Amino acid sequence: MKHRMIVAGLAGLAALSLVGCSVGSEVDDATSTGVPDTSDPSASTDASTGTDSGYTLTPKDLDGDGLITVGFAQVGAESGWRTANTDSYKEYFVEENGFKLVFADANQDADKQKQDVRDLISQGVELIDLAPVTDSGWEPVLQEAKDAGIPLIISDRQLSVPEDLYLTYFGGDMRAEGDRVVDWIKSYAADQGITDPINVVHLQGTMGSSAQKGRSEALSVGAPANDWNVVYEQTGEFTQAKGQEVMESFLQQGKDFNVIYSENDDMTYGAIDALVAHGLDPKDYIIASFDGNKSAVQMVVDGTIDVIGECDPLLGPQVGELIKQAAAGETIAKITYSTEGLIDSTNAADKVTTAFGS
Amino acid sequence: MTDQHSRWRRLIHSRLFFPLVCLALVLALNVVITMVTTGSPGPFFDINFSNGTINGPLITILNRSSELVILAVGMTIVIASSGGVDISVGAVMALSGAVSVWLLGYGTLADNSYHVASYVVPYGVGLLAAIAVGAICGAWNGLLVAKLRIQAMVATLILFTGGRGLAKVVSEGQITKVDVPSYKFIGNFIQDGSGHNVVPVSTAIFVAAAVVALAGLLLRHSALGMNIQAVGINPKSSRLVGLNSGRVVFFAFVFCGVCAALAGIIATSRIGAVDSSNVGKLLEMDAILAVALGGNSLAGGRFSLAGSVIGAITIQSLTTVLYSVNVSADQLPFYKAIVVVLIVVLQSPELRPMLQRLRRRFRPTAGLRQVVAP
Repeated sequence: MKHRMIVAGLAGLAALSLVGCSVGSEVDDATSTGVPDTSDPSASTDASTGTDSGYTLTPKDLDGDGLITVGFAQVGAESGWRTANTDSYKEYFVEENGFKLVFADANQDADKQKQDVRDLISQGVELIDLAPVTDSGWEPVLQEAKDAGIPLIISDRQLSVPEDLYLTYFGGDMRAEGDRVVDWIKSYAADQGITDPINVVHLQGTMGSSAQKGRSEALSVGAPANDWNVVYEQTGEFTQAKGQEVMESFLQQGKDFNVIYSENDDMTYGAIDALVAHGLDPKDYIIASFDGNKSAVQMVVDGTIDVIGECDPLLGPQVGELIKQAAAGETIAKITYSTEGLIDSTNAADKVTTAFGS
Repeated sequence: MTDQHSRWRRLIHSRLFFPLVCLALVLALNVVITMVTTGSPGPFFDINFSNGTINGPLITILNRSSELVILAVGMTIVIASSGGVDISVGAVMALSGAVSVWLLGYGTLADNSYHVASYVVPYGVGLLAAIAVGAICGAWNGLLVAKLRIQAMVATLILFTGGRGLAKVVSEGQITKVDVPSYKFIGNFIQDGSGHNVVPVSTAIFVAAAVVALAGLLLRHSALGMNIQAVGINPKSSRLVGLNSGRVVFFAFVFCGVCAALAGIIATSRIGAVDSSNVGKLLEMDAILAVALGGNSLAGGRFSLAGSVIGAITIQSLTTVLYSVNVSADQLPFYKAIVVVLIVVLQSPELRPMLQRLRRRFRPTAGLRQVVAP
C-alpha cells in the first residue's frame, strides 16, 4: 500500500514537472478564461518580462479592519544589515501606513522558518513577506500559502521556485554586487601597478543563502578570468566571531595573500581583528566587503577597508509600496532589484552619514 | 623490565590515558592529512614569535578553546554532583555579556547607535555584573534542581530557550559594539596605547588557566571535591551521613553559571561586541561532550577535572585541524561526529576486556613463533 502511494506520488510529480517544462503558453489561456487554476504549477515565463506567471493572488484587506496584515518571516538577527532590515519593516508597517505587522524570527534556522511561515498561514495574515534563510525545499510551503489564498512576497534573498508560487521578488542582485566588487579589485590592481600574483582569501556567508551564492559565484567566475588564485575559501556564516576564527586559522597556515574578499561587513570586522592580533596591518591588504554598515563605511574613510559592494537593507518602505501597487490592481514585475552601487575612497565620506546600522 | 612493565601498566590504567591518546590522535590526524595532500608535514607544530605575539596552530587551539575549557570545568562539577547536565550555559553566556555591555554603555544606547563609545560605569563593574548574572542564572537552575527536584535537563531548558531571548531584549535585538579598546583585552591581547601587544599570549588562555587552577585547588584541598563525588554517587546515603546534598548540587549550578559568565565575557570581548543570537551558540553541547571525552561518567560521581580540560582542548583541536585542511565550516559537524564516535568507542569500558579476549585468542600463535624463531 505504502509502495503504491509512493509510486503514484512519483508519477504525479513526474507529470507535473513535464507540464512545467513544456507548456508555458497554455497558462495564459487558462487565466484568460477567467477561471484561475491555482493548482497548476506550470507557469514559467521569462523572469525579465515577468508580467504574467499565473499568479492571481493580490493583497487584500480580508478582515475589514482597514489594514493589511503582513506576516514577515525574517532570517534572524545575525548581522547589522539584518537588524537594519528588520527595523525598516517595523518602522514602515504600522497603522498610519495602512499595515499591521506580524514578525517571525527564524534564528537562522531554515526548518524553523518553514514552521514560521505555516504559523503565519494558520494565523490568517493577509500577506506574507518571506526573507528565506536558505533557498531549498520551499515549494510545499509556498504552495500551502497559495492554497490558503495568501499572497507571498520574497524579499532580500532569492528562491529558485516556480514563478507561480509567489507574487514578486524584491531585493538586491547579489551576483551583480559581486561582479561590481570583482571589477573594482581588477581595475584597482591595474591602477596600483600590482604585478605580484593576486592571492584571494574568500570568506563566504551562510552556505546556500542567495547572498552567498551570488557573491561567491562572482568571485569563482572572476578569479580564473583574471588569473587570481583563491588561496583559502571558508564560510564565516555572516558573523563577526566566525569570520575572526576562520581568518585566524588561515593566518596560521602562513600562506601568502593580498586580497580579502569577505561577503559581509561583520565577517570583515572579524577578519581585520584577526589580522591586527596577528601583528599585520590591514592597510597592507586589499579588503573588499559587502553591505555598507556605518562602521564599515567609516573604515573605508579611514582606509582600512578598500571597497564595499553596497546592499540596501531598508527594504520595508519599498516592499510596502509594491504591496500598495499590487493591491490597487497594478501589474508588478516578477523581480525588482533595489538600486545599489559601490563604496570606495571616492564616495565614502559622503555615504558615511546616511549609512545604515551602527 | 618488570619495573618498566608496571609503570606502563599504571600509565594505561590512568584515567587520563585515553583522553590524552585521543588528543594525540587528533593532532596526528592533521599531520597525516597535510602529508597526504601537500607532501610535507606543514607548520602545525611550529611556534614562532613575530610582531609581539607568539603564533602557531597549537597556540591558536589553546586560545580558541578557552571558553570551552571554562564551560567544561563548570559542567564537570554539575554532572558529577547531580548526574544531570546544564544546557543553559550558552544562553547564560549571551545574557551575561548583554547585561554587562548594557550597563557599561547605560544610556548611550538610547540614541540607536548601538555603539558604546566610553564606559558609563567602570569596566570592573561591568565584569562583576556579568558574573552576578551568571551566578543568578546558576542559582535559578540550582533552585529548580536541588530544591524542586526537577531533572537538570528540563530545569535548565528554561534558560536554554529563555536566556537568549532575554539577552536580545536587553540588547534590543541589535549587535551592540564596544569601541573602547580595553574591552577587547580579555578575549585578545593586552595592548598599549599604540596598538602593540604588551603580552605575547592571548589573555583568554590565562583566564582559562586561572579558572582550572582555582577549581582544582578548591576541589582537591577542601572537602568539597569529596562531597561532590559522594552526592553524585548516592545523594540519599550522603544525606544519611550528614551531607547536605541539596546545598552541594545548588553550589555546583551556581559555580557553573559563573563559569558561563566568564566564558561569555571572553566571547564578547573577542569581537568587541555582543551578538546575542550567536554568542555561545551550541557551545553547551560541546561542553557536555568535553566532559564525556575526558573519561567522566555522565551519570555523576567520580570525576576528573583534568580529563574534561583535555576533552575541551581535543574538541577545539578537531575544529582547528578541520579548518586548516579546508573543511567547510558547515560540514564540520559531520566530521566531528565521526571522530567523536571513534573516541567514545575507544573509551568504552567494554572495549578493553574485548581487546584482551582477542589478544588471548592470538597468544598461542605468538608463543609458537617464539619457539620457532631462534
